[in-house]
Amino acid sequence: MHDFASEFSKALSLIFEGDSELWAIVLLSLRVSMFAVLIAAIIGMPVGAALAVARFPGRRVMIVLMNALMGLPPVVVGLLVYLMLSRSGPLGVLELLYTPNAMILAQVVLVTPIIAALTRQVTEMLAEEYSEQLRSLGVSRLSSVPVLLWDARVALVTALLAGFGRAIAEVGAVIIVGGNINHVTRVMTTTIALETSKGNLALALALGAILIGIAVAVNAMVSTLSLRAEQEGLRHA
Amino acid sequence: MFRDCILAALVTLGLVVGPAWAEEPFIVVQSTTSTQNSGLLDFILPGFEAETGIEVRVVAVGTGQAIRNAVNGDGDVLMVHSKPDEEKFVADGWGVERFDLMYNDFILVGPKSDPAAVGGGADILTALTAIEAAEAPFVSRGDDSGTHKAEMGHWSAAGVDPTDASGTWYRETGSGMGATLNVASGMDAYALTDRATWLSFGNKGSLEVLVEGDTRLFNQYGVILVNPTTHPHVRANAGQRFIDWLIGPDGQAAIASYMLDGQQVFFPNAGE
Amino acid sequence: MRDLVSEMTTCLKARELQVQSNGKTLLDVPELILDGPGPTLILGPNGSGKSLLLRCLHGLITPNRGQVTQDGTSLNSDHKARQAMVFQQPVLLRRSVAANLDFVLRRQGVGWTNRKRRIVELLGEGGLEGKSRQSARSLSGGEAQRLAILRALALNPETLLLDEPTSALDPGATQMIERMVLRASKKGVRIVMVTHDIGQARRLASDVVMMQAGNVVEHGPARQVLTAPKTEASRRYLAGGLIT
Repeated sequence: MHDFASEFSKALSLIFEGDSELWAIVLLSLRVSMFAVLIAAIIGMPVGAALAVARFPGRRVMIVLMNALMGLPPVVVGLLVYLMLSRSGPLGVLELLYTPNAMILAQVVLVTPIIAALTRQVTEMLAEEYSEQLRSLGVSRLSSVPVLLWDARVALVTALLAGFGRAIAEVGAVIIVGGNINHVTRVMTTTIALETSKGNLALALALGAILIGIAVAVNAMVSTLSLRAEQEGLRHA
Repeated sequence: MFRDCILAALVTLGLVVGPAWAEEPFIVVQSTTSTQNSGLLDFILPGFEAETGIEVRVVAVGTGQAIRNAVNGDGDVLMVHSKPDEEKFVADGWGVERFDLMYNDFILVGPKSDPAAVGGGADILTALTAIEAAEAPFVSRGDDSGTHKAEMGHWSAAGVDPTDASGTWYRETGSGMGATLNVASGMDAYALTDRATWLSFGNKGSLEVLVEGDTRLFNQYGVILVNPTTHPHVRANAGQRFIDWLIGPDGQAAIASYMLDGQQVFFPNAGE
Repeated sequence: MRDLVSEMTTCLKARELQVQSNGKTLLDVPELILDGPGPTLILGPNGSGKSLLLRCLHGLITPNRGQVTQDGTSLNSDHKARQAMVFQQPVLLRRSVAANLDFVLRRQGVGWTNRKRRIVELLGEGGLEGKSRQSARSLSGGEAQRLAILRALALNPETLLLDEPTSALDPGATQMIERMVLRASKKGVRIVMVTHDIGQARRLASDVVMMQAGNVVEHGPARQVLTAPKTEASRRYLAGGLIT
C-alpha cells in the first residue's frame, strides 16, 4: 500500500476524465438497478397496499414473512436465481444466465419485499385515515389500492430509494447470476470485488467512492424533487 | 410537481435503459480466477474476437465451481487447472475431449521474516513440513479450487493433515486467490499461489516468494468443449473454434507473449 | 335536479336498532322514522350515540341487532350510492382541490368536459373559486369542510348525512356551511345532520331527533321539540343542564 495515494488519484482521474470503460460500468449498474426497482415497484407497491387494506386469514403471516424477506441474504437469492436460470434449471431455455436481465431478476427478488413492506407501512396509516370516507364513497377495499398509492406518493419515494440503495450496492447475487463478465455483466460492485481480489485496493476504494457518490446524487435528486412536491402539496398536512 | 418528479425519473431511466444489450455471437467460458486476475485473458481474447467475430464471455470462478457450472450446462467451454477433475468431467460425458493448453507454476509466498525459515528452498514438501513444525500461519484457499486441490495434494504428500489445525495456524478463507493473498498479506502468513496471480497482485505488503522451481509445483491448464450431446444448447461450433485457436499456433503464440513484470508466466504446451 | 315530490318519498327507517361493544349497549333505537322533507337535526350531548346512529343510517356500521330500511327495503348498496356523508373531520385526498371533486365525478362516469364544468360550478357554490389548483390539505378548516360538502354534493345525493360538520369552526365559517346546507335542502336534498349546538338546530331544523345515552328520547317538529319538549331529558339538555 506504499503508493496508495497515487493509486487513488489515478482512479479518481479515470472517473473525471470520463474513461469510457469505467463509465460503461457505471451506466450498466444504473441501468440494471433502475430497471430492477421499476419492476419491483410495479409488483411490490400494489401487493404492499393490498396487504394494508385486505382482510383475509393468513394476512399477518404474510406480513411477517414479507418483513423477513427484506433481510434476504443476496448470496442466497443469487443461488436461487442461478438454479432457476441455469441450463439445468426450470428456466434454462430462456438463456438468461450471465446476462444483465439475470441480474435485474435477482435484484427484483431482493428489492420487491423491501418496497412491498415499506408500501404496506405507509399505506396502512393512510388507509386508516381514509377508510370511512372511501367506504362512504362506495370505494371497495381493493379498489382503494390505487387511491392509496397515489395519495401516499411522496412517502413512497422513500420506499423506492431504499430499494434502489439495496439494489445498486448489492454484489453477492449479481456476481453469481451475472458472472462478472467484462463488458457484459460487470457492474460497479462486481468490479470492486474483482479489483479487491487483484489486490488493487486503491482502485477498489475509488470505485466505492463513485458508488457512494451515485447513491448520494440519486438520493439528493429525488428528495429535492419530492421535498418540493411536499412543500407545494402538503403544507398543512 | 410530483408529475415533474416522475417525469425526471422516467427521463433518467430512458437515458440509462435506452441502448439495447449487445447481441452478437458469443460463447461462455467457465474459467478460473487465475487466468482472469493475471490479465492473461484480457490480453489474448481481443485477437480471437477480432479474427472470428465471436465474443468470449468469461465467467471466472474457482475450478470446482467452474466444473459444476459446466456440468449444469452453463457454459460452452471449460478452461481450468485440475487434471484429474477434468478427466473425470470428460469420462462422465459432460465434456467432449480434454486438451492440454498451457502451464504455469505455483509458488510458496510468505513474510520476509520467514518464521519457518523456508526461504530459498526448492522442495515444497520440506517447506510445508517446516511450516507445520513451526506452526507458522498459513492461509489456504479452502474453496475446492484447482489451487486448493494442488495445495492439499502437497500437504498429503508431505504427510501432514493441516485441517487438524484449522482455525489455529492453518486458516481457510474459502475465497478466491486474490482474496486469500489479501488475507495472507494482512496477517503475514504463508500461502500457495499461482505465479501469474502473484505477479499481478497489487497488495503484496511484506510478502515475497520463498519457494519456487520444484517440478511438483507444475500447474497444467486444460481446455474442454462442453458436450453438446448432453447439453444441446452448447454453441459447439463457436466453442470448438475457440479451442482450436487456443491450441493452434496463434493462440499458443499469444499465450507465450504475455508478460508480467517482464516475465513470461504461462507456458503454452498444447500438442506436446 | 330532482323534484320535491319524489324526494318526499325517501323514507329512512331504523327498527329495533342496537349497537353493542364490549357488552355495553351504545345505541338502542326501537323505532325511528325519517320521512319528512328535512332538514332533520340529531341533537344531543357528546356520547349520546348521534354519530353512531348516523353511521348506521349510512351503512358504515352494521348494527348488532335490528336494521335500517330505506323506502321499505333494507339498506343496500344502491341506497348507499344515493347517500353522501360529511364527517366531523373532513377527510380530503392528498390532491388538489379540483382533483378531490374530480375523483368522485370520475367514479360516477362523468365525461371529461362535463367534469370540468361541474367542478367550476361546485367551486363557485362553495366559495372556493381560485383555489382549484391548491392542495386540499393546505385549506383552512372552514374551506376544507366546504370542499368536503361540495364533494358530497358532487355525488348528486338524495340524502346528505352530516356529522357535526361545524364543531371545530368559528362562527363565520359555521355560517357559510349552514348556508350551503340550507341551499342543498332547498334544491331537494334530504339533510340529516348531527349537532350538539342548539342554536344550529334552531337555525336549520325542520324536525329534531333528541338523543341521550344511546336512546332517542324525543323526535318531532323542530318548533315543538325546541320550545316545548315533552321529555325531561330534552328539557334539561335545552336548558343547558348537566345530563348524565
